[in-house]
Amino acid sequence: MTIANQVAAPPHVEEHAAPRAPFIAEHFEGAEHQFESGKLGMWIFLVTEILFFSGMFCAYAVYRSQHPEIFSYASQFLDSTMGGINTVVLICSSLTAAWSVRCAQLGQRKGLILTLALTILGAFGFLGIKYVEYSHKFHDGLLPGKYYHVQSEAVADVGLDASIPAATEGESHEAAPEPAHDSGHAPVEGPEPANVKIFFGIYFAMTGVHGLHVIIGIGVYVWLLVRAIKGHFRPDYYGPVDFTALYWHLVDLIWIFLFPLLYLIH
Amino acid sequence: MSTTHTQTAVATAAEPDYLSCSKGWKSWLLTLDHKRIGVMYLIAISASFFLGGLFALALRLELFHPGKDFVDGDGYNQLFTLHGAVMVFLFIIPGIPAALGNFVLPLMLGAKDVAFPRMNLASFWLWLFGAIFFVFVLASGGLDTGWTFYTPYSVEAQTAVIFAATGAFILGFSSIFTGINFIVTIHKMRPAGMTWFRMPLFLWGMYATAIIQVLATPVLGITLLLLIFERVTGAGIFDPHNGGDPILFQHFFWFYSHPAVYIMILPAMAIVSELVSVFSRKPIFGYKMIAYSSVAIALLGFLVWGHHMFTSGQSKLAGAIFSALTFSVSIPSAIKVFNWLATLYKGSISLATPMLYALAFIFLFLIGGLTGLFLGTLSTDVHLHDTYFIVAHFHYVMVGGTLFAFLGGLHYWWPKMFGRMYSARGSAIACLVSFVGFNVAFFPMFPLGAKGMPRRYWYYLEEDFISYHQLATVGTVLLGCGLLGIVVVLLKSLKNGERAPANPWGAATMEWEAASPPIHHNFHHTPAVHDPYDFGDLRFDPAQGGYARTSNATATATH
Amino acid sequence: MSHEEHAAGGAHVMSPKVLLGIWGALIFLTALTVWSAQHDLGRIDLVVAMGIATIKASLVALYFMHLRYDKGFHGVVIIGALVFVFLFVSMVLLDRNQYQADIDARTIELEAR
Repeated sequence: MTIANQVAAPPHVEEHAAPRAPFIAEHFEGAEHQFESGKLGMWIFLVTEILFFSGMFCAYAVYRSQHPEIFSYASQFLDSTMGGINTVVLICSSLTAAWSVRCAQLGQRKGLILTLALTILGAFGFLGIKYVEYSHKFHDGLLPGKYYHVQSEAVADVGLDASIPAATEGESHEAAPEPAHDSGHAPVEGPEPANVKIFFGIYFAMTGVHGLHVIIGIGVYVWLLVRAIKGHFRPDYYGPVDFTALYWHLVDLIWIFLFPLLYLIH
Repeated sequence: MSTTHTQTAVATAAEPDYLSCSKGWKSWLLTLDHKRIGVMYLIAISASFFLGGLFALALRLELFHPGKDFVDGDGYNQLFTLHGAVMVFLFIIPGIPAALGNFVLPLMLGAKDVAFPRMNLASFWLWLFGAIFFVFVLASGGLDTGWTFYTPYSVEAQTAVIFAATGAFILGFSSIFTGINFIVTIHKMRPAGMTWFRMPLFLWGMYATAIIQVLATPVLGITLLLLIFERVTGAGIFDPHNGGDPILFQHFFWFYSHPAVYIMILPAMAIVSELVSVFSRKPIFGYKMIAYSSVAIALLGFLVWGHHMFTSGQSKLAGAIFSALTFSVSIPSAIKVFNWLATLYKGSISLATPMLYALAFIFLFLIGGLTGLFLGTLSTDVHLHDTYFIVAHFHYVMVGGTLFAFLGGLHYWWPKMFGRMYSARGSAIACLVSFVGFNVAFFPMFPLGAKGMPRRYWYYLEEDFISYHQLATVGTVLLGCGLLGIVVVLLKSLKNGERAPANPWGAATMEWEAASPPIHHNFHHTPAVHDPYDFGDLRFDPAQGGYARTSNATATATH
Repeated sequence: MSHEEHAAGGAHVMSPKVLLGIWGALIFLTALTVWSAQHDLGRIDLVVAMGIATIKASLVALYFMHLRYDKGFHGVVIIGALVFVFLFVSMVLLDRNQYQADIDARTIELEAR
């Protein structure tokens, strides 16, 4: 590894005497003052994000505690393989985001561009998989509220693989469009409990709002990538990279909870 | 770069103030100057306030007689909903922090600006954007759910619920941006020497307010989003017809909206803490207790939201818990009142207009606060819930409290904002008329509610109620006259008011060391940090027509 | 490694070793939670899943988000937010669990008609 050579950080920017670097807004005393302020601002923004999501977690907790049957029945329709893959994708993208901060801190411009690009790639991967999942749900009529009209083959499908470990659910969904060979399978979980659509309401609300955050994250990361290519970031000015990574990790954090809560219900 | 230049080269020459340093609408709408953003907010929220006031006037005129005068039940529902929604979301929540706070906060810190000027401008733009949605609401069928958007009615209503909810959602963002900005500014932009306990109490109030804005507003955001989702898809989260739970909606809503009550009152208390001390020419009594009580109110405010739901199907256990916790808020509130009174005691009180508002605030807030105890008590609330008693209570707190403190702050900082003095007599008369009008309008509502007149009814049958209603309507008209008088007095001052000195009131906080109105960068030199409530070295200087420090030594007193 | 890397202003720089180590732990824990979900753990099902998720979340927060090396106040801010989330969710759950009986009674009443 060549990192050892790059350890030496550039000398600290002289505080007042020297002309101010152009990236420091004039109401701040210096680079560090600006960075610390931005960082505190970002953490407080994350607080608002946590409370924003808490509403949906609260709704989830209320319905799951009172109607566990809805959750254990309906979550069979979710594809935990895809959910698992997406968890891994997001963790990888979180890794590259954390690495991009390191690159920015050490002034490794190529590394910064690469890690930012990989982060965006991960985000697109996540959205791609989410899109496939969503289109399955639309096809099967597994939608919130009045749009809920579950297709019989989807139910049969779940009946088919309810006896098989959950990890293979993904394959069975690929078979879903062919209704020919599933005639013999009845859903094993018994009759559908009332108000299953509530689960899909919560599912789409939570994953939809989370997905929206991923899309916003992509936008911000593209902006960072452009700036990184232009060489805007330097070891004494990398605030935007650091703050966006914090946001991106939070998006990852939310998914870390969503995955078991939605996909892995027994 | 430009700052060092200005400081050396132009030092004391007449530098143009922030109002005239650049011209054209672009220099306003795209400004990053906290002072200009504050002024734009002031104009915008004042316009909303008068819109909301027109709805209120229409309500009261309709209620002058029982039976239909010019609107029927549906029209009345729209009027009270729009009155509430415009007043709450467009005026009172952004009111003091975004208009006065934006202007004053960096000046009080001796800073050039808030920590994130762009975010500050974005906050104003979001406010405008949200307001546009409310205009859409007016144009497209109105809104009749009440400002609370309770389900299931808000799911079924044929009015523009989605527009209104989107507007409120956007306004929430605007509020969050202000909150983040203020927290970071207070943490990071304090000058050397200004420790937490040497900050003016106004800043403590803004800080406590910002905590609530940051913690509570997102929950309103998700609530409104889920409400829109419910309306579009029938998801069954809040709508009982689809297996949902309307009480859950109320929990969500009040988790924001009760703390939001403190977004309204904490800045008001913050202003009054300044006014009482300055116009008694006496250090504020119990500085630390006032500071702590602001934060205590902010945090305790999160524990009591269930007292809005005593009669709406909430469980008895939760009701009892929330009722008990509700009383805890009265402790820090009372601490503040006692401290203000103790500050007045043996002070050399000057009854300038801002002080009149401060005294009005203390009186009205006392009534509003004490009647709140009846409503916080589970058993009496069952009787008083959804009657005019509650209408009177929260108007005493929001209008008598927040509006009067806002006006007090406006009259206090007006010379700083625009560099002009207003007519002392004219403004005092307008204040008095508003005060009398307010009490005539709202005090009758206490007995009216106790006798059983329900709120939100356009019609009333019993002859018992008519005299109260007519008195209230007369009071409303009087209050309206008082408010118009204030506008006339203030606008007149812009045209032919005397030039304001830097420190007309003899206050010791830093904003008074800047010129009136301040220059673009606020200060020529960062002022020395003084004790904000030590008036010892401030003497009236007849040459300036205002107060000046006799010594420029750094203050040594500590709290 | 005794010589820790520092960026300008003394900010902490995460070493590749730690970054990859945390990433590996996160992947492992993801696999673990999927594996545990395939086995009927009965009532502790949810507890195990949430426990693993919390560990993962802590790793992300402490290392990827630098919280372990950061100003203590940022940690206070986040813990504070979680306290309010807990307050919110727990009071709503407490209330709902209390009045659920009323809802059930009403449902039965309606069905009887």
